[in-house]
Amino acid sequence: MARLLRNLKELYKYRVLIQNLVSRELKARYRGTVLGFLWSFFNPLLLMVVYTVVFGFIIRPRDPAFGESPWLYALFLFCGVLPWVWFSSSSIESANVLMIHGNLIKKILFPAEILPIVSVTSNLIHFSFGLPILLLFIVVFGKPFTVYMLLLPVVVLVQYLFSLGFSFLISALTVHFRDIKDILANLLTFWFFTTPIVYPLTFESIQKYKVLRVLLNLNPMTHIIEGYHSCLFYGQLFHWKKLGVTLIVSLVLFYVGYAVFDRLRDSFPEEV
Amino acid sequence: MFAIELESVSRVYQKYSARHRFQTFKSALVKGDLFRSLKADELVTAVDDISLQVEKGMTFGVIGENGSGKSTLLKLVAGIAKPSSGRLKVEGKISALIELGAGFHPEISGRENVFINGIMLGLSKKEISRKFDEIVRFAELEDFIDAPVKTYSSGMYMRLGFSVAINVNPDVLLIDEVLAVGDAAFVPKCLDRIDDFRRRKKTILFVSHDLATVEKICDKVAWMKCGKIQMLSDPKRVVDAYLQDIAAMQEEDFQKRKTEVDLEQKWEDERREKRWGKREVEIRKVTLKNLRGEEKHVFTPEEGMVIEIDTAANEPIKDFVFGIGIFNSQGVSCYGTNTNLEDYEPVVLQGEGKVACRIEKLSLINGTYYLDVAVHKRDGYPYDYHRSLYSFLVSSTLKDVGIARLPHNWTFSPAIKIRPPDKR
Repeated sequence: MARLLRNLKELYKYRVLIQNLVSRELKARYRGTVLGFLWSFFNPLLLMVVYTVVFGFIIRPRDPAFGESPWLYALFLFCGVLPWVWFSSSSIESANVLMIHGNLIKKILFPAEILPIVSVTSNLIHFSFGLPILLLFIVVFGKPFTVYMLLLPVVVLVQYLFSLGFSFLISALTVHFRDIKDILANLLTFWFFTTPIVYPLTFESIQKYKVLRVLLNLNPMTHIIEGYHSCLFYGQLFHWKKLGVTLIVSLVLFYVGYAVFDRLRDSFPEEV
Repeated sequence: MFAIELESVSRVYQKYSARHRFQTFKSALVKGDLFRSLKADELVTAVDDISLQVEKGMTFGVIGENGSGKSTLLKLVAGIAKPSSGRLKVEGKISALIELGAGFHPEISGRENVFINGIMLGLSKKEISRKFDEIVRFAELEDFIDAPVKTYSSGMYMRLGFSVAINVNPDVLLIDEVLAVGDAAFVPKCLDRIDDFRRRKKTILFVSHDLATVEKICDKVAWMKCGKIQMLSDPKRVVDAYLQDIAAMQEEDFQKRKTEVDLEQKWEDERREKRWGKREVEIRKVTLKNLRGEEKHVFTPEEGMVIEIDTAANEPIKDFVFGIGIFNSQGVSCYGTNTNLEDYEPVVLQGEGKVACRIEKLSLINGTYYLDVAVHKRDGYPYDYHRSLYSFLVSSTLKDVGIARLPHNWTFSPAIKIRPPDKR
């Protein structure tokens, strides 16, 4: 623990570097594309269009939360997909990040944990680019702005910690087991559907089966996504006990992830 | 006061990466020993129990063959690799020129890369802003600094990398062979900068294969062999010992190759092609020796060489000429002569004999040379002609060019200020 705190303090010295690497990442990502930064808006938008058509109009879920309106359902989807994309892209990027920047680890004295941090953080920035669009939709579909929206940073913080912990773990282990990259891609698909993103927790079939409810409650991402739904869609206070437990889980994951990362650190220059 | 201190430092590497130790992810989980200690036969000791002290303000050279542990030593000092055992202490800010531009991102401009690279190397944003113009000027990239780095040539890339690294203004500068890729105009500029560092009494650890530069700029040199320090002394002594060792190894290699050739029958055919004549006078053996009479195949340009030819003839022969020819690896004749050209009158030759051609000073440049040896009639009819059957190496620290080193010296009028090389 003391070592973790010391390292974090050390990391604070590198904040300018992290800041610069994040902005470099964002600049480099769309360099050479015609639409440039607009892609940060278009990507989630297009994804949402697909989901709205497929789920909203074709499958037509019925739930008191959005009644018969496919548009409200689209809004609900958007609230969940946006943070999910943040989580999944930063995890996938982290799996590769040490190998891609192997040169830095091998040739420069450079704290390697900066790399997954940059992945998660640049995706956080991306996520925040999607927020104005989301707010726009909230206005368009007639949902009221509420004070609970101000609690959004709390949910974001919990997810940030959770993503960081997960990314530390994934990035360090992938150096030794390249299989994780493929496992992760499949795991994330599975995880996506076991998180209430395309369906609300209030869904009839979920309410009917206790097993499903228990399983969903065991997934930390459930409470994080539910946090977003509460703040943005339902306009109510999030379930603070559940989110509190999730925060603790996130802190534990952060600690474990960092410990594994730190333990394997010395092997990176040889293995990447 | 020491800038760099190593106390019996070792660094052990795994021969195979950990990934290959397990067949699958499952076996790793079942065996469950991701962190298990390795058996000795799976390990390579790159740096073996080295103790070393480098004084502040000293330029310290490290030479040695590939794989002798030089770069590992440098990485240990830089902190990129951790010692497996032993203690290591470095005073002051370090900048390592191990791979120039290692952190550059190809998609963004040179300007942004300078900032990010500078921060990575430990500069603050303010410092970089202050030094930015100088960094760009030194790299000669004023016109390209806003172009993405992927459009740079490898030379431009290297120049920018060097320029950033050298402007970090470290207390300890580590240089690993990075000057080898620079062009003829940029390398002297870099060396100037390194000289500047020396004058400002900064500590430099310089790893290089360029022995002439090592000899020129270093105050002290360590020669590494198989992870250990073989010798540590003043530059000239160490470089000489190192060269002698290389020559001895090349010699050994040569001998091995020779016996291998003798062993293999198929080479015999090729040998026949390279040898012709009815052998009325036969060349039984050709040996190369130095002037002290030791058999040798690797010479310096300053050395002399004796070509000894053992001959045998059954009948008395009255018309004979002995000749030699030296060719370089491109087949260019460097020198050829025979007894007839030099007006020796043959009288008679019978039974076994020995001919020695003594070359007082080889005066050739670096490279491999092939030797023709022949005995023939004055009209050219060959008794025994050996075409390029023998070879030798000339190794030299100087990089002069051409076919031969003509004996020469330089003089300058007093108005021309020029420093002679340190005595070789």
